[in-house]
Amino acid sequence: MPVVVLAVMSPFLRSYLTVVWFGLASFLVAGLLLGISALIRPNKPNPEKLLTYESGVDPVGDGWSQSQIRYYVFALLFVIFDVEAVFIFPWATQLERYAVFGLVEMGVFVGILLLGLVYAWRKGVLRWV
Amino acid sequence: MNAAVLSADLAYWAQSLLRVLGGLVAVLLPAGTIVYLFLFKMMSFMQSRLGPMEAGPYGSMQLFAEVGKWLQKEDIYPARADRFLFKIAPLIVLASTFLLVVVVPFGPDAWFTDFEAGVFYMLAVSSVSVLGILIAGWSSANKYSLLGGLRAAGQLIAYELPMVLAVVGVVIQAGTMNMQGIVVAQNAGSMFGWDGLGNPYVLTQFVGFVIFMIAVQAELTQTPFDMPIAESELVSGYMTEYSGFRFLIFFIGEFATAGVFSMIASVLFLGGWAVPFSWFGWTNLNDIDNWMNVAGPLILFTKMVVLSFIIMWVRFSFPRFREDQLQRFAWKVLIPVSLVNIMLTAIFKVAF
Repeated sequence: MPVVVLAVMSPFLRSYLTVVWFGLASFLVAGLLLGISALIRPNKPNPEKLLTYESGVDPVGDGWSQSQIRYYVFALLFVIFDVEAVFIFPWATQLERYAVFGLVEMGVFVGILLLGLVYAWRKGVLRWV
Repeated sequence: MNAAVLSADLAYWAQSLLRVLGGLVAVLLPAGTIVYLFLFKMMSFMQSRLGPMEAGPYGSMQLFAEVGKWLQKEDIYPARADRFLFKIAPLIVLASTFLLVVVVPFGPDAWFTDFEAGVFYMLAVSSVSVLGILIAGWSSANKYSLLGGLRAAGQLIAYELPMVLAVVGVVIQAGTMNMQGIVVAQNAGSMFGWDGLGNPYVLTQFVGFVIFMIAVQAELTQTPFDMPIAESELVSGYMTEYSGFRFLIFFIGEFATAGVFSMIASVLFLGGWAVPFSWFGWTNLNDIDNWMNVAGPLILFTKMVVLSFIIMWVRFSFPRFREDQLQRFAWKVLIPVSLVNIMLTAIFKVAF
């Protein structure tokens, strides 16, 4: 990385650069170990060995078989609650400043969300279908 | 303070190299400790057997023997697998662990990064590993793996929320999302005017702590929540087709993440690297003596061992949840309880 770019970068961005280095380091370490392994491990493929594992019998049909995803409604609920968390965190850090006003506001917010959860619950969405 | 002066003398590349090496130790040391101490020895003792005894005194060199063994194993790609995705999936899982350790503070000046929104970053990055798991499950072109990957995704969706909501209680009490700030808030705090222990949030946020540990257990797919890798029905789920060193990377990733999550839990709930500030008459981060940079990592490591002991203890003690029980537990118990916990914490914070 050129020095100029580093000088322009704010400390904020620079701390996120560390994240990049850590990510690269993990790939590097894993790559290094896999490389060492490649030098000493045997490599004798044969058609039986490369067969998809299905408890010892020959595989039936395609590996990417259709499967029912039973919790797609949960996934929708998850998005709602995850976005809620994004709103709650900034409020949580500033609660001391907002005091009772913030408390009531968040009470309403969480109340509405709980109402949504109760609605989903009553609708039987949370039941295993 | 002084370490900052020290690091200012170094070039940026040297600082980064030091950080990365430190991160390597912070990821691999807990993983090795957990695997040897708990997975090899404690599990054996709980099952009335000795565990590894041959390699080194009490089998303490077993880890190196295992790595040597895995290095020599053939790396098999199933003929029908999506080769590129199949190859990189374990790396993504390992990378998520490395990204997670970035936010953990080890001492007053011993940290990798000091994000203002550290808690947020931690919660965001913790879900990257499931991406790797989903890729592994899909690219294997195996029915077991596909089911395992999908179950892992469903489980993460359900248990990510209680984890996020449990941490909100801590953020409310500390008034900051900075991990270092949370450590200081706990150790400089007091309970009912008594500051002998500081204010470790495991006492005032006990509900949050329990929910957080349950969610961690689920995110790590440790036993009561191990539907995605259920050996008896899915034959290790998304790992079925993996062999040789790629399998070991998954394995290391799993236990390294257990270690890092234990460290994060001790930062959030047990006071992190610090001792209660009143013991030495400190009041804020700048008063702290330099020796804490050495003692801090050791204190954090001790707390990490205690928490991962709990994770492993639960793992060896309980039978597996059924998939519907697992989802029901998250949505009908943990999420409502953690929402109530948030509101109660907020009320107490405003009232006092």
